[in-house]
Amino acid sequence: MNLANTFSIALKAILLNKKRSFLTMLGVIIGVGSVVLLTSLGTGLQSYVQDQFASLGSNILFVTPGDPFSGGQETSIIESTKPTLKERQYKEILRKHRNLFVGGTTTAVNTSEAKYGTTTKKALLYGVTPSYEEIQNAPAEKGKWFDNIDEEKGKRVVVLGPGIAKELFGNVDPVNKRILLNSQSYTVLGVLEEKGGGFGGPSFDNYIYVPFTTLMNNFNTQVIDSFIFEVKDRSQIEQAKAAIEDVLLEDLKEDEFTVFDQAELLKTINDVLGVLTAGLGGISAISLVVGGIGILNIMLVSVSERTREIGLRKALGATPNVILLQFLIEAALLSVIGGMIGVFIAFLGTMAVQSFFPARILPESILIAFGVSTAIGIIFGAAPARNAAKLSPIEALRSE
Amino acid sequence: MLLALKNVSKIYKIGSEEIRAMNEVSINVEEGEFVAVMGPSGSGKSTFLQVASLLSSVEQGEIHLKDKNVTKYSEVELARMRNKEIGFIFQQFNLLARTSALDNVALPLVYAGVDAPERKKRATVMLEKVGLSDRLNNTPAQLSGGQQQRVAIARALVNEPAIIFADEPTGNLDSKSGEDIKKLLQDLHDEGKTIVMVTHEAEIAQIAKRLILFHDGELIYDEKFGYNKSLKSQKTKEYVEMLKKKRKTPRLIFGKVTGK
Repeated sequence: MNLANTFSIALKAILLNKKRSFLTMLGVIIGVGSVVLLTSLGTGLQSYVQDQFASLGSNILFVTPGDPFSGGQETSIIESTKPTLKERQYKEILRKHRNLFVGGTTTAVNTSEAKYGTTTKKALLYGVTPSYEEIQNAPAEKGKWFDNIDEEKGKRVVVLGPGIAKELFGNVDPVNKRILLNSQSYTVLGVLEEKGGGFGGPSFDNYIYVPFTTLMNNFNTQVIDSFIFEVKDRSQIEQAKAAIEDVLLEDLKEDEFTVFDQAELLKTINDVLGVLTAGLGGISAISLVVGGIGILNIMLVSVSERTREIGLRKALGATPNVILLQFLIEAALLSVIGGMIGVFIAFLGTMAVQSFFPARILPESILIAFGVSTAIGIIFGAAPARNAAKLSPIEALRSE
Repeated sequence: MLLALKNVSKIYKIGSEEIRAMNEVSINVEEGEFVAVMGPSGSGKSTFLQVASLLSSVEQGEIHLKDKNVTKYSEVELARMRNKEIGFIFQQFNLLARTSALDNVALPLVYAGVDAPERKKRATVMLEKVGLSDRLNNTPAQLSGGQQQRVAIARALVNEPAIIFADEPTGNLDSKSGEDIKKLLQDLHDEGKTIVMVTHEAEIAQIAKRLILFHDGELIYDEKFGYNKSLKSQKTKEYVEMLKKKRKTPRLIFGKVTGK
């Protein structure tokens, strides 16, 4: 009696009861499917975020009011409406520490109606200085960025993100056209390259970039959203942070602003996404347990239904271990086949969402799904299989 | 000696009460014998069959099969012994449902570790032997009762066992099929197979060369040796004489007239 024979006996038993076998598997299918699909969404999101950050360069420092890492939506809204950061501070930092920084920009946001011809869109205005182009690696695909003179004089010029450009202009080339922002006329200087992203918030592609001074003056903007500095050398990041803090601490308290670099931001986002992925995976793992209980249930029924068969097999020479193995393999097979179908469904699901969501199935998660579903089959199949193995052939043959 | 039981008792305990389903039974079966086991229900004949076919353990006495003392064998050793040396024919046929005749017959060979092509070959031969060469792939549901029992007999023969145990082999069959099975068992006996058969039909018992009778858990009569020496009750003796007479009158079974 070898393993292959026991295996084929177990497989036959499953195939003899196709409908019931499928229903038994259903729990595992749903469990494995949802675990794999949700983790693939989570990890896909994580790696997407990582890629986005990698494209932004790593020697950038951000200064924001309040503490964006402390969580608590309420406080950050309150903080961001308080005009904490001043343009004077920004200039002071650059003046005092010329040697540390390549450049920088102040940023501020506002909203406005944007109108071209008969098309009107609600748009986010992003006030930056021309250095933004280099710092955030956002070159103009068509036309050009506004320059320092435009910025200093607060000229009515804009650069469009490709998304909003498309929405407003359709197939018309927007360069040198005029749009209306809050009924004032602005000249479009250029359109940026597509960046995608802005996941969970507005995409950078949908911003209208306005000279910082213009935004502050013409749109009644009070609050500076952030300072962004480009440090000359990656090794000077810590030094640069200290320098910024020195200047800001002159008239701000320690908890009124935060200086952070890309790595920290990335880490925080990754942590959040990691917890999210694990949480989703954990919740769907509960359905795996429920699937296991389904297997336990059916195997118990199956053993008591097939008592006579078990008695016969024992009479004809099956040892208790062979019977044990037969039912264990049957349970494990049910679970593993369920797992395979689950992985397949997760694969289809991942394919389906890929057009709008960066989902990615990891080979590990498939392996884990297989391991877990095999384990579930064996764990929940153990008790019924032991019952079967313990049956006395006489009692079993006598049962009706 | 092929099969020997020495002072074997099977004792069930229900609460504090002891029930001796079989009490100090001794019997020898030689190779090539055809033994019919009879007795009223509760007489211990079924217990005897279970014990002798190594399906059930005993509390007292010794069992020898092919000169091996198997009394203290482990469950695994007993399973191997049953697989190699014993063929079973049941009243209920006990075929695996939705499984072809061929696979049913090959089942003992699966547990003997015979490979698949060889299993198929030997099962085919056995099915031909019982006259079902055109039914190899039929499932039990597609076979008549008599055909099912013939599949079961093929299964009992496929591992070439030393001894075949049959428990009321015609009990679930109509008289025509019963005749067929009776004939088949007779042929097997003529070939030299050793058969021990429990039956309550005197007519079927006729084909056996040796009749043994059980009553109240005791072996009271053995055609080979006559009455059990310790048998004292005159009443039991009368019962045996009645049975013996009925065995010679085919249509009667235990005082009941059969449909024939």
